[in-house]
Amino acid sequence: MIFDTAIIGAGPAGMQAACDLRARELSVIVLDEQPAPGGQIWRGVERNCQPGSELAQRLGAEYRQGAGVARSFRACGADYRPLSRVWQIEETGPDATEQCWQVFVIREGQAEVVEARRVLLAIGAQERPVPFPGWTHPGVMTVGAAQIMLKSGGLLPEGPVWICGAGPLPLLYAHQLRKLGGQIAGFLDTAPRDTVRRGLPHLSGALRDWKSLAKGLAWQAGLRAAGLRRETGVRQLRAEGKDRLERIRWETPEGEKTAPAGVLLIHEGLVPSVHPTLSLQCEHTWSDAQQSLRPVLDAWGETTRRGLFVAGDAAGIDGARAALAKGTLAAVGIARSLDVLSEAKAKQARAAGDRALSKARATRPLLDTLYPAPEGKISDDVIVCRCEELTAGQIRAAAGRGSADPNRVKSETRAGMGPCQGRQCGYTVARLIAEAHDMPRAEVGFHNIRPPLKPVSVGELASLGKAKA
Amino acid sequence: MFRPLPDSSEGPTVTVFVEGQPVEAYVGETAASVLLRHLGTARTTSISESPRAPFCMMGCCFDCLAEIDGKGSTQSCLEPVRDGMTIARQMSARKVVAR
Ligand code: FES
Repeated sequence: MIFDTAIIGAGPAGMQAACDLRARELSVIVLDEQPAPGGQIWRGVERNCQPGSELAQRLGAEYRQGAGVARSFRACGADYRPLSRVWQIEETGPDATEQCWQVFVIREGQAEVVEARRVLLAIGAQERPVPFPGWTHPGVMTVGAAQIMLKSGGLLPEGPVWICGAGPLPLLYAHQLRKLGGQIAGFLDTAPRDTVRRGLPHLSGALRDWKSLAKGLAWQAGLRAAGLRRETGVRQLRAEGKDRLERIRWETPEGEKTAPAGVLLIHEGLVPSVHPTLSLQCEHTWSDAQQSLRPVLDAWGETTRRGLFVAGDAAGIDGARAALAKGTLAAVGIARSLDVLSEAKAKQARAAGDRALSKARATRPLLDTLYPAPEGKISDDVIVCRCEELTAGQIRAAAGRGSADPNRVKSETRAGMGPCQGRQCGYTVARLIAEAHDMPRAEVGFHNIRPPLKPVSVGELASLGKAKA
Repeated sequence: MFRPLPDSSEGPTVTVFVEGQPVEAYVGETAASVLLRHLGTARTTSISESPRAPFCMMGCCFDCLAEIDGKGSTQSCLEPVRDGMTIARQMSARKVVAR
């Protein structure tokens, strides 16, 4: 069967788009890596929002809101396929009578091909990797990872637990942990100390969404009232230990400090997931405010490849509420492109969606200014490419030897050739190239991404042969 | 490294085998989370043979590659626990294929 739309990702944007497309009676298949709907932000929402669950209470109202969206999604009539890994997306040849996409999926060890007239990538974001000495030690993980442990297994970190980084997520997580009786040894804030001054110009715009601002301030006040140790202006973080994390070291303008550590949770903001759109050679643009790439989209969420749409944080980091609005807008765009929505009706629907999106984005310029991507020098001995264990020194040397081309550096060093395909090192490699050639980061670009998007085993490929035969 | 909330320890569990040892796992958690709780690591790297542990828990770092039900190079953070699942660390060998 050829679906009208294949949606990849069942987070806020994917679920919302599925509901809206089904409401227009289009056939929809939703492919998602997770076992249940919700994406990362609402991960485990069905499981956790059982009546009387303390965890659901502590995770907060915005989390619980996901339960309603997941319920509508389950009832919308989309063909929902959890635990499905997409490893390749292709457009059928120019000789095909009608445009069609093929999405290659692995599910329970079996390869499948899904065919659809339109594809919507609602694949969200990942945490920005920022290398520092010792970040590969067991015991160091991201704040997002710890929050996933909380949402999917009800697990709290223990041992001296340190949180280091900046942004809304570490604050929210610290707040949730405290409410659940977890212990935090300290919060190391890496945001520059002059945040208030820099944030001021964006404050009035952000006040359009004063409720969100008030919530952030309340989290901070709660942590202060609880007597949480907080250090500001933190730089030069190091994780030390023999086979695992034992201690951390950091600097502030007042000097160097050290403390024993069992778990170190780090977070420096989010970047859109762009590997699929990069591999499909869609045009991308560099966002200076968010220091990351994003696919170029038209007003309907369509990429520079006809029939391929992007919604949610994969289109730029704006949060869950904006992701719902972007899901709605993409559904309008898809319905319009499939000629089931007149131009006039589509424009009307878009205006409403645009308004919701602009409101949901009100605090974004402020947040982007308060929590910029860290710029501190990465010392030569730090591992940058976690897969191939390459250091900043090795990458610098390669970057300086020839042209400012990420593909050249990739083939000379193997950085980005491991299984993660540069999801961890790509931006850092590009930054080191930009430094070596003294050019703006926006001009360096990103190395080419080739399929498969996820490693595929020979056995899984063989099962595809059988499925096709 | 991680301890369960009362909600989890009183909730439904399954039995999985971590390198041969039967252990209780909470329904909803992943093989990566079981590895973290019981062994603290998921693999050793192929170049320097240093230990690594799940880092992102959402499929984008590949530091959770482990042997799940006998299948190597599996992203254990994308594998929810099932009753009887076997989980083992992946030592050094570079087994990722089809690149
Ligand atoms: S923990 Fe990062 S891919 Fe599994």
